[in-house]
Amino acid sequence: MARYGMVIDTKKCVGCMDCVVACKTENQVPEGFARDWIVYDTTGVYPTLVTEIRSERCNHCDNPPCVYCCPCGASHVHERGGVVLVHHEKCVGCKACMAACPYDARFVHPEGYVDKCTFCIHRVEKGMDPACVSVCPTHCMYFGDLEDANSRVRRLLDERRSHALLESAGTRPQIWYLV
Amino acid sequence: MNPVRELVTTRHNEMVDPLLNVWGVEIAIYLFLGGMVAGMMIILGYFLFRGRHKELRCSCALLPGLSIVLLSSGMLALFLDLEHKWYFWNMYITFKPASPMSWGAWILLLVYPALLAAALLRLPGSLKDPFPSIKSIVDRLQENPRFVRIIGTLNMILGAMLGIYTGVLLSSLGARPLWNSSLLGPLFLVSGLSTAAAFVHLIAKDPYERVLLAKADNGFLVTELFFIILFITGLLSSTEVHVESARLLLNGTFAPVFLVFVVCLGIVIPLFIQSLAVSHRIRHVPAAPIMVIAGGFVLRLVIVYAGQASHWVRISLLK
Repeated sequence: MARYGMVIDTKKCVGCMDCVVACKTENQVPEGFARDWIVYDTTGVYPTLVTEIRSERCNHCDNPPCVYCCPCGASHVHERGGVVLVHHEKCVGCKACMAACPYDARFVHPEGYVDKCTFCIHRVEKGMDPACVSVCPTHCMYFGDLEDANSRVRRLLDERRSHALLESAGTRPQIWYLV
Repeated sequence: MNPVRELVTTRHNEMVDPLLNVWGVEIAIYLFLGGMVAGMMIILGYFLFRGRHKELRCSCALLPGLSIVLLSSGMLALFLDLEHKWYFWNMYITFKPASPMSWGAWILLLVYPALLAAALLRLPGSLKDPFPSIKSIVDRLQENPRFVRIIGTLNMILGAMLGIYTGVLLSSLGARPLWNSSLLGPLFLVSGLSTAAAFVHLIAKDPYERVLLAKADNGFLVTELFFIILFITGLLSSTEVHVESARLLLNGTFAPVFLVFVVCLGIVIPLFIQSLAVSHRIRHVPAAPIMVIAGGFVLRLVIVYAGQASHWVRISLLK
């Protein structure tokens, strides 16, 4: 059973926002909203500061609180690759999923339903990479099956040090950042 | 030199940034009215169970109708909060056991028949006499104490479920540390009982009921204060994000409203006034129950807003 995930190399990411633009174009994300975004995370003790640049989005968690709290089954786990999706026509816009997401990855589409990153499942089902991955000029983003020992994403995770976001929240996120 | 942690994001989604603001006053109104109706159902159920429905001045004549009106107003507020309003029926074509909101939708549906059954017990003659079939049902219900006790018990059980649900709805959302306490369910239930006792105290025509409810309300207020202390203590003895979320209520952004309007004006002062009233040192005054009701509403308002301000990452930005 495939388990789709993403690996992002923070040593290569320059925060150019091409991934953001590609997503907005591919998915016709309305103006003023974003399914993915860039975060500059600076830590350390002055003057020895380190900035990690990350391209963030829905983490398509293995233990997704947004799916559990949805009262009408709109938020669901797709049969292919464990991708977390929203049935627009089932969503009532109660926003419980938005409150349940520790990553604040969801937003209310102007048409009323809750929207978020889909890992471009419509492209993935045709054998293509998600739009954000396909346009990255530094090739810092990788998409694939984390369960496949020979996949690029699995090998990168085996070879390099990595972290996910808010692992302590217990949602088992499926996007990994190489450091 | 202190360690630095600075997060800069390009995201600026409405209702999400800079702080989550998905639920506003509508949800606070819904939780408040839902909680108060839950308390009214428990009080009504208790009165029916004790056979007080036969007494002319018993509040159980008014409570079912008022509960239906108040609950419907709360549901209207909930409806107004929905972003995809005309798809609301999707809640009633599925049942999701893991979703407290799904449980709530179905509990709300069960509450109405229980309240209508209670309303039948004191249906005015002008409403039942023109309809012989309704009159015969009402007469049969009124004559059989077993039916009355069943309706009373049903109202108490559904009231308790409704009251607890209003708190569980929030406490199940683990991404917001302030809400992440199993005590929110009992706290909202007892707060609902307290506001309901205060409301019935205000509308009761029978002096016996007024005294009874003032005494009961004192007990509910003491219990509510106890649950608030436990709730805060639980957060303070948990992880850093939970401690930070508790500080929002103790010395942070929401502390003045919480400490002044919820704890002092909503619990401590009315408790003091009502204690004097039940010990016959002063007369019963409407000020105390009005303060309790207002305090109950502000409690929901503060918990809804402060909960959204509490976050696993961004809590540090609110210091």
